Amino acid sequence: MSDTNYKQIINNGLWVNNAAFVQLLGLCPLLAVSNTVINGLGLGLATTLTLVASNVMVSLIRHWVRPEIRIPVFVLIIASTVTIIELSMNAWFHELYNILGIFIPLIVTNCAIIARAEAFASKNSVSSSLIDGLFMGLGFTAVLVTLGAMRELIGFGTLFQQAHLMFGEAARDFSFTLFENYRGYLLAILPPGAFIGLGFLIAIKNIIDKKHQARDKVVSAETVEVTG
Amino acid sequence: MSTVHSSPYINNNESVSRMMLAVLYALIPGTLVYVHFFGFGVLINIFIAVVTAIICEAAILKIRQRPIKPYLYDGTAVLTAVLLALALPTLTPWWLAALGTAFAIIIAKHLYGGMGYNPFNPAMVGYAMLLIAFPKEMTAWIPAETHGMNFYDTLNFSLFEALPADKTYDALTMATPLDSLKTQLSLGYTIDEIHSSNPSLFGNIAGYGWEWINIMFLIGGLVLIFIKVISWHIPVAMLGSLAFMAMIFSFSDAGSYSPVSFHLFGGAAMLGAFFIATDPVTAAASNKGRLIYGAGIGILIYIIRTWGGYPDGVAFAVLLMNMAVPMIDYYYKAPVFGASSNN
Repeated sequence: MSDTNYKQIINNGLWVNNAAFVQLLGLCPLLAVSNTVINGLGLGLATTLTLVASNVMVSLIRHWVRPEIRIPVFVLIIASTVTIIELSMNAWFHELYNILGIFIPLIVTNCAIIARAEAFASKNSVSSSLIDGLFMGLGFTAVLVTLGAMRELIGFGTLFQQAHLMFGEAARDFSFTLFENYRGYLLAILPPGAFIGLGFLIAIKNIIDKKHQARDKVVSAETVEVTG
Repeated sequence: MSTVHSSPYINNNESVSRMMLAVLYALIPGTLVYVHFFGFGVLINIFIAVVTAIICEAAILKIRQRPIKPYLYDGTAVLTAVLLALALPTLTPWWLAALGTAFAIIIAKHLYGGMGYNPFNPAMVGYAMLLIAFPKEMTAWIPAETHGMNFYDTLNFSLFEALPADKTYDALTMATPLDSLKTQLSLGYTIDEIHSSNPSLFGNIAGYGWEWINIMFLIGGLVLIFIKVISWHIPVAMLGSLAFMAMIFSFSDAGSYSPVSFHLFGGAAMLGAFFIATDPVTAAASNKGRLIYGAGIGILIYIIRTWGGYPDGVAFAVLLMNMAVPMIDYYYKAPVFGASSNN
């Protein structure tokens, strides 16, 4: 594959076909654990790791699996990957694991993962599947972190609280408070805040896209329609 | 802009503004009694909310490149602000009214397409948002008449959250009759015991002060029906179903369910029935639909008040039934102008 193709895959994952913004996949974990930056980052990276691993494995076996049974095989691969990641997080990031709770095993139900396996990895080479998984995951993580930052800032008036859960004791001071005596805005932390926040982020993306479109007059956004 | 919508889009601004003005006038008696019992905080909240509404409305119209004057003068934004302010506790910091109104105008009204397109009652969206985000501030009321807060004290609290030296926030504020009743019922007292234990709170029928405010809103609402600004269907269906629910349950067990009068003249029942549920944009469009819509609100208010987590349920009941309006309108279509109809 040529370099331009990689560029397209990267662009697709991060922006044009972003799992959270454009395909609106994996909304359940996205909305549920994006209440702080660190929670969002933790779940985002775990999802990215799953995406990369499952994409690579699906791509590796793509010539040997008959199309009739491909979906059960994909599910098995994704489920084993998630189990490995869940056990690793339990071992090395135990407190974060406790906070993210059910949403780590639930990565297995994130439609973005099986969508990439089906729509991309089962038809493309290992290397481009790896890049696709990595950047789809990073695109998803970026949204989780942005939404997390928005909700944490408005909800608690802080950023990076509990950073030590991910980066060890040295990171305990990462957290900083933006406003002293901030009363807190409960709505941003509760589920409605996630829906409203995501709505605003998608609106901002649409505004940016519109400006770009108006500038280059080139519309080449291929979108994959997957729901779930 | 969408071409299919369940509620009628009102495009005659002159008639809209005359209607809004009539509704605002009809609110005056209730508001004055409200001020009499709960102090000048009501007026301060209304002022802050109206100013915020005008600023937000003008700003959003400018961003959306719509004509500012006709939409601003139609009075819907001001009415939203006044209704929201009337629903707030009277001793509140200024930003509460400002934030709620901004949320109502910007998010509940304009993000859905503006005047005529919003599926949810903006004032109630603003109120529900405040109730969820600031439960402590939104449930603390000062006692009727005995609060001893003059205009200057109230303004001082609104702007700086400062109280006179001899008062503290916790000592000054208390639960509403509906709230207090709910707490005491959960402790195992009967309705009669609760009412007689605190006559200065529960008054004669539905809470000291509250019953008079509700009576005044009832009078204002009846005038609106009489001059044909609102139709009778929604208020009658809503109050009727609320009374029916209260009657069945209080008849079966008068010790643990409040009587009909307490539900009708307590909390925001009358304000909700005549002024909030009747919002033409978010209510059902046909007369049969309005009866169902109103009855649904009444039943939901009773359910939320009696078994729900909040003491009063007007806002949530209205919002839930707003959600049902497209379905109600689907089955009971609004009469098309010029076509014969049996609705």
